[in-house]
Parts: sequence; C-alpha cells; structure tokens
Amino acid sequence: MAGIMRERFADVATELLDTDDRLAVLTADLSAKLFDDARGRHPDRVLNLGIREQLLISVAGGLSLAGMRPIAHSFAPFLVERPFEQIKLDLNHQAVGAVLVSAGASYDIASGGRSHQSPGDVALLATLPDWTIHVPGHADEAEAMLRAAAAADDLVYLRLSNQANESAFGQGFHVLRRGGAGTVLAVGPLADTVLAATAGLPVTVLYTSTVRPFDHEFLRAAVADQATPSIVLVEPYLAGTSTQEVSEALRDRPHRVLGLGVGRDELRNYGSPRQHAIAHGLGAAGLRKSIVTFLGQPAR
Amino acid sequence: MATYADLPGLMAAMTGDEKHAAAASSTLDVLWVLYDQVLRVTPELAEDRDRFYLSKGHGPMAYYAVLAAKGFLDPAEFASFGAFRSPLGHHPDRVLVPGVEISSGSLGHGLPLAVGTALGLRARKLDAHVWVLLGDGELDEGSNFEAIAYAGRLGLSALHVVVIDNGSASHGWPGGLESRFAVEGWSTERVVGQDHAKLAAACTAPHPGRPRLVVAEVDPVFPDLH
Repeated sequence: MAGIMRERFADVATELLDTDDRLAVLTADLSAKLFDDARGRHPDRVLNLGIREQLLISVAGGLSLAGMRPIAHSFAPFLVERPFEQIKLDLNHQAVGAVLVSAGASYDIASGGRSHQSPGDVALLATLPDWTIHVPGHADEAEAMLRAAAAADDLVYLRLSNQANESAFGQGFHVLRRGGAGTVLAVGPLADTVLAATAGLPVTVLYTSTVRPFDHEFLRAAVADQATPSIVLVEPYLAGTSTQEVSEALRDRPHRVLGLGVGRDELRNYGSPRQHAIAHGLGAAGLRKSIVTFLGQPAR
Repeated sequence: MATYADLPGLMAAMTGDEKHAAAASSTLDVLWVLYDQVLRVTPELAEDRDRFYLSKGHGPMAYYAVLAAKGFLDPAEFASFGAFRSPLGHHPDRVLVPGVEISSGSLGHGLPLAVGTALGLRARKLDAHVWVLLGDGELDEGSNFEAIAYAGRLGLSALHVVVIDNGSASHGWPGGLESRFAVEGWSTERVVGQDHAKLAAACTAPHPGRPRLVVAEVDPVFPDLH
C-alpha cells in the first residue's frame, strides 16, 4: 500500500498531466500501478520502462532535450544511487532539467534491509551543482513542491517519506521556537520529534523542508545575536550532510556545529522505521541527549 | 560549400588527440553521409530538425570537421582544439559547440538519451528522427541494452542507430552485434566498407514500425585483437 505522500504525488501528478502537455511521468516498474489511470489517458507521456533504472534517468534527460518536462520516480536507492552517472552526465552535464521523486527515504522500508534504504541520496546529489533538494515533512508540502517543480525547468529532487509531521509548516526555512542556548535546525519529517526532544530547553528550533539551496541568509539572521552560535542539524538522512552548508553560512564567525542524522554504518536490523530512528539516535530521547550534551545544558 | 575532400584538411588542423586518430577516421564516412544526405538539420537548428547524437564521443575530430563543413561551427576554432578556453574538447560539449546535440565521453549514454528524445518528439507530435552513432566496443556497456530492449518493445521507428564496427570490443560479439538488436525486434543491416552510396542506401531504407540499426564495418583498429 503506497504511503500518504506517495499517493498524494500520484494523484497530483495525474492531475497535472491533464493540464500540462509538457509533463511526462516515468517509472521503472515500482509504483507503476499508481499511474495506470494516467497512462490510459496519456500513453505517450506516462511511460513504464520495466526494471531499467539507468534508462529511467537517461530517458528523462532525452525527454528534456526534446522540450518535455520529465518526472521520474522510484525508490530512493534505485533512483539516485544506482544510476548516479546518468544523473551526473545525462542530466547535469547535458544542462537539462528533470524532476526526480523518490519514495522509501532512509528507512521507510525497514524490513527490506540495506538494499532498499538510501540515507546517502541527499549527500550524493549535493555533490552535483544546481539541484534543488526538497525533504517535505508533510504531504501538503510535497504537493506544493511538486506543483512548483512541474511548472519549472530546473533540476529538482523531491524526497518523499512515510515519516511525516502532524502538520505542514510550509516552504522554506521557519522559526518554530526561540531560545538563547543554541539553535536546532530540524529537517523535514523530523520536526515533530525535534520539538518533542527540545521541550523545555532554551533553544531556538528552526525548520526547513528544502536543504539545497540552503538558506544561508536565514540561518545567519537567526543567530545574529549570538557570539559563538552553536548549531545542531537534525537530518533524516546521513548525519553531517549539511554541516558544510552551516559552516559556509557562518564562515566569518566562530561557531560550533553538530550534524545528527542516520549513521554511516550499515544497520543490519529489520523491524519498523521507528526502531531504526531510535537506533540512529533520532528518537526524541536520543535527540535530547545529543543536543543537551552538545549545548552543555542540564536536561530537565 | 565544403565537400568530402575538404574533411582531411579540416581534421588535420586539430592536433593533440592522436591517440584517437583511428577512432576519428572510422567515423568520418558515416558522419559525412549522414550530414550530407540523410539528416534534415541545418545550423538554424529548427525545433523539428532531425537529431544526431554522437555517443562514441572520443576522437571527435571527424565530427567537428563535418560540423564545420556544413556551417555549424567556425574552423578557425580548430587551432585551439583542446586548449583551456577552447570550446572544442577531446569530447564534445553541447553547451559549448553549436550543432552538438549531446555532450558525450562516457560510453553507453547516447542511445538511452536518444530513446528519451525519440519519445519526447513523438509526444510533441514532431516528425523528426533521432540518429545515434556508437562503436562496437561501446556496446559492451550494459546501459545500451536497456535502451535496445525498450525501443524494440515500443517499435520506436523514429530511432536510428549506426554502429561503427572496427572490431575493438575486447571479447567480440559472437554471432554479430546486430543479432542483439534483431532479437529485440529491430530492423538491421550490415554495410561492409566505406562506400558512401551503400551507406546512404542502408540509412534510408524503410523500416516501418521498428527502430533501425545499420552496422558500418570498417578496417579493424586492432588487427591482432582476436
């Protein structure tokens, strides 16, 4: 059964296909059924390629060269990691745009093991220029991102997940709470957990669902009144993915940064996404402990 | 207008990539026949032009020479071939060179890209064809086979592939490389030698409802390989 964000993606993409004849939706068998209706109405633009992920990306590039706006979808490891050279050369190097929409994220498919998990996808794409990378924390955010991406012509990665916050916070960076002892930036679906983890702590909590381009100005403004800002990044993918962005934002000031997220070591465990989150220190208790230790705050 | 006879002189103006001189000349006749007799494309690059994708991107001197001969680029650029600020690299870049449709260099990308472009042109109802030039060694790359299978299944008749067969694949193609296309439903033909009339005929033969492969067999680049 498709998760909420993935179903919303399929519904909205199907609607957009009816009104924008530049759009094409590409699958490599996974989630192809979600587009059966759309394929029936637009057989030339809704294409299931079979289990061919290199071709998935190359066809996106080739469609873009022909003036179309392609949206390619699969699980994150198969969309980003398997065909990474195709992303580098058939998208970036050709100087064309595309929308890549993934499902599965870091550990949604907890019982499936490492092959179906991609904590490294954001970091990999971040090694290439020109990618807008969205990590929505709610289906409403994902929908807005998809609509904007479909109407544009740049390179966009939309990382869907079964993990989500209770409510949408909206686009771009936000201040959720203010406090003087440090700044915690929660990314995407981890916002609710971060708020729970920092309850009662005198910290500023920021939120973003877009990590590239990273809003350096927003961060600088948020910590402008602090002598040596302490920043904790909480990312739902590989820990440290955005620490360089923080360093870049604050390069002219002494600062401290802690990058929390999914560990690099492979977790050879199954179970549920919640169990994986806890194993990576991304549950509320684990986050609180890491934040408190880093900020030198007494835990209350 | 320049002729075929002008091409060797044009190519000689580009020095520095002698390692790929043989690769460059093996493509020359195919490139000339395509640009001179087959492709509907001009330097104006109309939206409904035929697209030519050079997938075999190494040793691009023949390609640059043909583009210059047909008015896409200025042969004065050849003197700086491979220099830091030159638009002409040892692999072509579509951002830098007018008339170059894809940037290539890594093998196995041009054909899958071409499948996407053929699909896009079909979706936009543009009556344009897509041509891709590959090498027999390049077919080692598995990415080609995703494209060959899918294009065959769809019967993408606007897609045309020319493979220069100079016997450079390390482990050869027992039964002929064209058999891999034929089994996937492609129309295939092998032309031996560099006879322009035969190449043109093979490249313009009808193939309704199927993508088309022409194998252009040239002298082996490594005669002692097999």
